[in-house]
Amino acid sequence: MTIPVEITINGKACAGEVEPRQLLVHFIRENAGLTGTKVGCDTSQCGTCTVQLDGVSAKACTVLTVQASGSSVTTIEGLSDGVDLHPLQEAFWNNHGLQCGFCTPGMIMAANELLSRNPSPSREEIRHGLEGNICRCTGYQNIVSAVEDAAKSMGGR
Amino acid sequence: MTTRIFGSGIRRREDPRLITGRASYTDDIKLPGMLHAAILRSPYAHANITSIDASGAASQPGVVAVYTGADTDGVLNGMPCAWLIPGSDLKTPAHPAIAKDKVRYVGDAVAVVVAETRYQAEDALEHIAVDYEPLGVVVSPKAAAQDGAPQLHEDVPNNIAFTWAVAGGDADAAFADAAVTVSDTITLQRLIANPMEPRSALAQWNAPMGELTLWNTSQNPHIARFLTCVVTGVPEHKIRVIAPEVGGGFGSKIPYYPDEAITSFCAMKLGVPVKWTETRSENYQITTQGRDHIEEVEMAATSDGVITGLRTTVYAGMGGYLSTASPGIPTILHGLMYSGPYNIPNISGTIYGVFNNGCPVDAYRGAGRPEATNLLERLVDLVAAAVGQDPAEVRRKNLIPKFENGHDVATGITYDSGDYEAALDSALSAAGYESLRAEQAQARADGRCVGVGVSSYVEICGLGPSQVAGAVGFQGGLWESAIVRFHPTGKVHVMIGSSPHGQGEETTFAQIIASEVGVDVDDVDVIHGDTDNTPMGWGTYGSRTTAVSGAAVAVAVRKIKDKSRALAAHLLEAAPEDIEYEDGRFFVRGSPDQHKTIQDIALMANVAWNMPEGMEPGLEASAFYDPPNFTYPFGAHVAVVEVDPETGRIDLQRYVAVDDCGPQINPMIVEGQVHGGIVQGVGPALWEGAVYDDDGQLVTGSMLDYALPRADLLPELEVHSNTTPSPHHPLGVKGIGEAGTIASTPTVYNAVMDALRPLGVTRVDMPLTPEKVWRAINDARNGG
Repeated sequence: MTIPVEITINGKACAGEVEPRQLLVHFIRENAGLTGTKVGCDTSQCGTCTVQLDGVSAKACTVLTVQASGSSVTTIEGLSDGVDLHPLQEAFWNNHGLQCGFCTPGMIMAANELLSRNPSPSREEIRHGLEGNICRCTGYQNIVSAVEDAAKSMGGR
Repeated sequence: MTTRIFGSGIRRREDPRLITGRASYTDDIKLPGMLHAAILRSPYAHANITSIDASGAASQPGVVAVYTGADTDGVLNGMPCAWLIPGSDLKTPAHPAIAKDKVRYVGDAVAVVVAETRYQAEDALEHIAVDYEPLGVVVSPKAAAQDGAPQLHEDVPNNIAFTWAVAGGDADAAFADAAVTVSDTITLQRLIANPMEPRSALAQWNAPMGELTLWNTSQNPHIARFLTCVVTGVPEHKIRVIAPEVGGGFGSKIPYYPDEAITSFCAMKLGVPVKWTETRSENYQITTQGRDHIEEVEMAATSDGVITGLRTTVYAGMGGYLSTASPGIPTILHGLMYSGPYNIPNISGTIYGVFNNGCPVDAYRGAGRPEATNLLERLVDLVAAAVGQDPAEVRRKNLIPKFENGHDVATGITYDSGDYEAALDSALSAAGYESLRAEQAQARADGRCVGVGVSSYVEICGLGPSQVAGAVGFQGGLWESAIVRFHPTGKVHVMIGSSPHGQGEETTFAQIIASEVGVDVDDVDVIHGDTDNTPMGWGTYGSRTTAVSGAAVAVAVRKIKDKSRALAAHLLEAAPEDIEYEDGRFFVRGSPDQHKTIQDIALMANVAWNMPEGMEPGLEASAFYDPPNFTYPFGAHVAVVEVDPETGRIDLQRYVAVDDCGPQINPMIVEGQVHGGIVQGVGPALWEGAVYDDDGQLVTGSMLDYALPRADLLPELEVHSNTTPSPHHPLGVKGIGEAGTIASTPTVYNAVMDALRPLGVTRVDMPLTPEKVWRAINDARNGG
């Protein structure tokens, strides 16, 4: 059995016929062909699949595609055109907030929502806000600096 | 301007694709007609397979093929072990890619389904009927080595895969004469590497050409090609291994795994591309783990705390089978480092590599050196406590004095250069050690449990001289090669055989080129990870990429510079010895206006209209660099903790690191490596550990149960450095990838024990979870 869905991803309508059990992250990667969103675990711990679902950050491995039908999703590819970078992307680059890069899309998307809720977070608040995203390379310190830096350039203090 | 690019913390050239989601990791790649594989795995840790009926799976929706060990038997060769330690009575029992008769750990491959979608492949696994006859299980590597333990392999008595000894001086005499001896039994638990990217393999078979292409999450694609050849029988020149973007490895992506072989087998049988990607739960079961040591260790010292001897007996778990490099980890990379940064004249160690019913164990960040540093640093603290001296001072009096060009230690190796006392001084100074001790005394007076931990370390990196590799049984070389190619417009490609996956060499190697010949770093692209497009190399691990591959790049670009000088002399009608170089310009001495830029030279060399007699056209050079010795980075770290005695909860309050990896090409990248390394070592001290129950079931089977460090659990790391160049390296660099992990585990452990010592607690097995710490405190209070 398949169910028709239509999800707006990065401003573009993506329609498909999917199994009810399909995870949103697989729709994004397989159906929409947007592989910036990663799969790092199967227990909703790692946060590499974090996207924005109707403006709220969500782990796309814990959402069924059919649940997201009619919704609007922003992935890392939708944050900028890839050339004129989003301030968070620029800040991750400037602060060496990534090494292997696998956690980075999810980390940036989680940080984006964090800054939308709290435009001027303290380092401690950033650490707390990113506890749902695991990075194994950076030890988090430069990620915290990147988010702090982005907050400044986005108008927070 | 350009000459100062070496040592500049410029932002990374690889980042734009990574921060925008435009990078391609193996699982991101889709090929036309591609099918998906899922692998059925043993639910038993040790069992005979009495029957397999795969017919039920074959008729499931979307299923194209189902294969078992009966299909791969005789087609795929056994999984090879590539580090055959001589003089160790090493046993290498058969390791089929798909188990046919017997399984030896939970996760051992039993069958594979290939289907149109991954969902279909995984669904169909449930329709394969396997009958198992469970056998006795043994998990502890020490228990596995005892008489009467369940035997994993028929031809391996007591499960002992190898016995390896290291000795220098006369340890028994040192202990017989010692005023002070201390001892401990240390369990260095199994660790799961957890690169954020799960492993993946995508195989494509071009039958008419007999060519196999394997996209693979590998730290060493050239080794993967070599071992693919060994296992599949496809000739080496017909195999192309591509490690595209690789999302971390930490050692776990060094080995050549059954999964790669199985995926290749499926693609070759079916003639269509087949992709397999592990789930995180599979990663926990099958991707090689680290450590698994039980160490019985003792140290001898004078009454004044001068170390006189070290003895160890180590049981190192190998898991169900030997992995690609596993025998070398607890031996060459561990036992040879038993002197650490100290003068220890008498050393004796025996290491048993033992099969046990768990995931195979292989290199994990630090690979043998964390285990050595951990036991040394714990023992040094015990010596300090026994003689009633400050642990930092006991270290100081035992450190090898500063040396610039070679120091022999009792294990028979020669460190390259070191200034261990300077590192210790820097760390103590940065931490404010004296103040910390004063604050600790006040805290104790107030009834609070504050602890300060110190460690000194030296590690063996830059692996390594190939002659040594051969002498210690490594089935390969350890040199690296590089090709530096200037195009007509002065832009540069650098092809390297090593395979960075987060360490930033696309940037640092461009910095090497830029600093040598004055091109802009943005004009240099570093190509790696594709065996068809890169020269031979042995891979990225052991903090060797900058130390060995970087040296090859430096040697190659210096050849470019020599040729450029000669061509400039010809074009400027001057003698080569009259040509000077500065900032990308070759000019006649005393006449800086008479010059050729490196871009001029690149164009003229490539068009070759006016070459000197006998000079070949083009501006390209290659270098094969075989290091004359290993490199030995070192440092000293300090941690401050407070323990809540009522809950056992540990608050890691400060962490200060001083590392000395020689000159730094890019200090920002070095600092990032140190940050990540420290956190990967704090993890096992406080939280991380793979736990198997008595039935060999992995209890910590997911990220829910295996406690990885998270952002909110860590203090701001205070990272500093000293600079002691390696005397034998073209750039003086040593390597920094593993330093943090090697130092931080004992630093944090020692800090916690320092906090607990007044309560009568002197040891707790890692990880130091609140429950274990609370129990230890309570036991001590109750007179235990």
